[in-house]
Amino acid sequence: MRELKIEAIRNGTVIDHITAGTALKVLSILEVDPEATISLAMNVSSRKYGKKDILKIENMELNEDDVDRIALIAPHATINIIRGGEKVKKFKVELPDTIKGIVRCMNPGCISNVSNEPVERVFYVIDKKTPILKCKYCGREMSEFLDYIL
Amino acid sequence: MKGRDIISIRDLKKEEIELVFSVADSMVDIALGKKESNALEHKILATLFFEPSTRTKMSFESAMLRLGGRCIGFSDIGATSVAKGENLHDTVRVVESYSDAMVIRHPKEGAARYAAEISEKPVINAGDGSGEHPTQTLLDLYTMKKAMGGIAGKNVLLVGDLKYGRTVHSLARALSLFGAGIFLISPRELEMPEEVKKEINIEAEGERIEDHIREADVIYVTRIQKERFPDPAEYAKLSGRYRIDSKLLEMAKKECIVMHPLPRVEEIAYDVDSTEHAWYFREAFNGIPVRMALLSLIMGVVE
Ligand SMILES: [Zn+2]
Repeated sequence: MRELKIEAIRNGTVIDHITAGTALKVLSILEVDPEATISLAMNVSSRKYGKKDILKIENMELNEDDVDRIALIAPHATINIIRGGEKVKKFKVELPDTIKGIVRCMNPGCISNVSNEPVERVFYVIDKKTPILKCKYCGREMSEFLDYIL
Repeated sequence: MKGRDIISIRDLKKEEIELVFSVADSMVDIALGKKESNALEHKILATLFFEPSTRTKMSFESAMLRLGGRCIGFSDIGATSVAKGENLHDTVRVVESYSDAMVIRHPKEGAARYAAEISEKPVINAGDGSGEHPTQTLLDLYTMKKAMGGIAGKNVLLVGDLKYGRTVHSLARALSLFGAGIFLISPRELEMPEEVKKEINIEAEGERIEDHIREADVIYVTRIQKERFPDPAEYAKLSGRYRIDSKLLEMAKKECIVMHPLPRVEEIAYDVDSTEHAWYFREAFNGIPVRMALLSLIMGVVE
């Protein structure tokens, strides 16, 4: 099957190689301007990963910090910054060593899940490839994040 | 170690654990009431027990009082502002202004680490649902060291619930740090989890005490907890499985010691109490000099 061509945008950000089926979640994590023009392609054939999602956000340039937030659910994503129809920058998402305020602990007995405590959800990234996070408080290790994104 | 929080045994370096032990040695006569001390005079320890653990609380209180210090605290949240909806954060902020150090026991995992972040004063974890109970681990190690002269190269049988009994996970890691050989004895259903196994020195694994009792220097017995089993019949089947009695101990080395964090239910027969193998009451006593040492170190009266 021929790979779907992403229709070019003139200015903005194209996020490619998003794990198939997670583009909407990625979009919600990025907190994109609700007025922005966004196009989204899901379950596109990919040579590398079988299927993938693609997200294009017009007139908005994401920075590396923004996109690191999505690394948990789309660890293979690549980000292309487009200006005047040209790709001016391309980078891969990479998890930071510590993740704050993005996911909640999967352990229901964890102090960080107590609603009336002003506790910041902090995780140490103990494996950037898989990835695996370890809760700073209860020590629980997590490798599934989709249901736990805040 | 002045000002240090004691949240997990893993926060302590081997040398620091050894320092605690050597200070504990110097505290034994005071713990026995043979010698007086005012080392912690004018110091206040707050004990915040969000779930009851009378024994642990009393042990900390005894340690503090033996050194001339004082204790404040609660063990029934029904009578506190927590019952009025105050969160842990605010409770800790208030109590730290009343005390020089605090001991916390809380049902939520990670609560002690969270409290330590909030408090400027040192915090000791007395059990927070995560299986970390560092003073228990310290007193267990201290007891083995006292009984055997050292821990390296000794054979320790960990018996019972090795799956859910998570303080035994901390103990197994600490024993490995000190070079002990570990024998895991549990029913299949209650085996030690893989992630712990890969971090410890395992000599052997099995279901029967009899298979390894001859090699044992320590038999450390844990309680199989009823609440882990939805099916009472299943619990009944497993709970009676590891009963240590003087008959069984005839197979053991003369100097082999039997330990148990207490309270025991039926894991150790009363006829063991009068034998030389019985170390569980000495183990409980050792909690006093160990906690005295720790309190003196974190409050900065001993260097
Ligand atoms: Zn947690």
